[in-house]
Amino acid sequence: MPDPVIQFRDAAYGLSDRLLLGPVSLTVGAGERLVLLGKSGAGKTTALRLINALLLPSGGEVLVSGKSTREWDAVRLRRGIGYVIQEVGLLPHLSVERNVGLVPRLERWPARRVRQRVGELLELVGLPPAEFGSRLPHQLSGGQRQRVGVARALAADPPILLCDEPFGAVDPIVRQQLQIEFRSLAERLGKTVVFVTHDVREALTLASRIGLLDQGRLVFLGTTGEFNAATDPRVAAFRSLS
Amino acid sequence: MSFLQYLIANQDEVLARTVEHLWLVAISSGLAVLVGVPAGVLLTRRPGLRTPILGFANVVQTIPSLALFGFLIPLPFIGGIGARTAIVALVLYGLLPIIRNTYTGIVAVDPAVREAARGMGMTDAQVLWIVELRLAAPVILAGVRIAVVLAVGIGTIAAAIGGGGLGEFIFRGVAMVSTPVILAGAVPAALLALTADGGLHLLERVLDWRR
Repeated sequence: MPDPVIQFRDAAYGLSDRLLLGPVSLTVGAGERLVLLGKSGAGKTTALRLINALLLPSGGEVLVSGKSTREWDAVRLRRGIGYVIQEVGLLPHLSVERNVGLVPRLERWPARRVRQRVGELLELVGLPPAEFGSRLPHQLSGGQRQRVGVARALAADPPILLCDEPFGAVDPIVRQQLQIEFRSLAERLGKTVVFVTHDVREALTLASRIGLLDQGRLVFLGTTGEFNAATDPRVAAFRSLS
Repeated sequence: MSFLQYLIANQDEVLARTVEHLWLVAISSGLAVLVGVPAGVLLTRRPGLRTPILGFANVVQTIPSLALFGFLIPLPFIGGIGARTAIVALVLYGLLPIIRNTYTGIVAVDPAVREAARGMGMTDAQVLWIVELRLAAPVILAGVRIAVVLAVGIGTIAAAIGGGGLGEFIFRGVAMVSTPVILAGAVPAALLALTADGGLHLLERVLDWRR
């Protein structure tokens, strides 16, 4: 087992009589791609927000790099985690270049290094900076916005990436292409990824492991092979959707 | 004597009163922004304060301007005869549109954008400056524009309590029953209002990110 990067220890969130999540225990190792799968309201997004301390657990704890999110300085923690959410996550008043360079600039990188890094990343996600750099988010297609979102999350080279249905608003063909590119990118860069989706095909494309959430409970956790072989009716129900 | 003849004969005083008027408007609008924008931000952080603060600003708006000037005169420190009292009154009138638009503009920022900004590791202050105030800027500026135009108009009444400005001509003209004298105050005031309105509208368009 590689070094644990993210650990949920009986982590729960919500009021004691109405938990949105948990208690959940799981470990994500370095370089793993864990996909949290579930219907809407299953607690997937809640789980993700517990990792970057946008939410703090109401019970148990969540550890990132061995340290509880309660003890982390939330701003420090988040600067080390790339966060990709549905297209709305781009700042609408900033150009593509400025959006991608946001975290490096917050980290006070020198301007030249920011520019160079932004150029690299836009090339990496297939958007030539000369053509796309100065555009505003609303001047891009849905798929292009998603690529910018991924580039922005990678900008400060964080070891961890959190993705909340990032490809949800994109049409199916572009979506599949983005999934394949994202997978190879994450693999190549050795990122630890937690990816949330309700799409079982997306989960099978991207995951090294799948966790199935149902009404706030983790009802399955295993490799894609184990997922395909599992006899649990809830897993089977999801699998039949693929 | 026609309006133009009066204007030319008194051009030095007209110019001086216009500058005086500009000062009244600039200082009071500046102070209204310095108080109103932070107050509007505060309302977004403490929703409980919404009713009392907006209520206060609303009530101020309903007080007839001449009466408000009158109420302020006997007050210590901020009152008395002169420009200071006039400025206090103009600040009070300017607060409502600025507070309300700051609040509305920030509340209208897409929560997902705010969430993404926090998720990227922006501090609360950075979320406010880089995201919220920037995205709300056109709306806030629209409020400032209303406050400035209001101040140009109400500022003419400042002359009634010795505040100076273009109102001097208007009150003098009313006393003399002389239309040219009234116009020597009213026309420059109207031009000031139009210029300020146009200029701020332009700035509003520049700051609009959807351009």
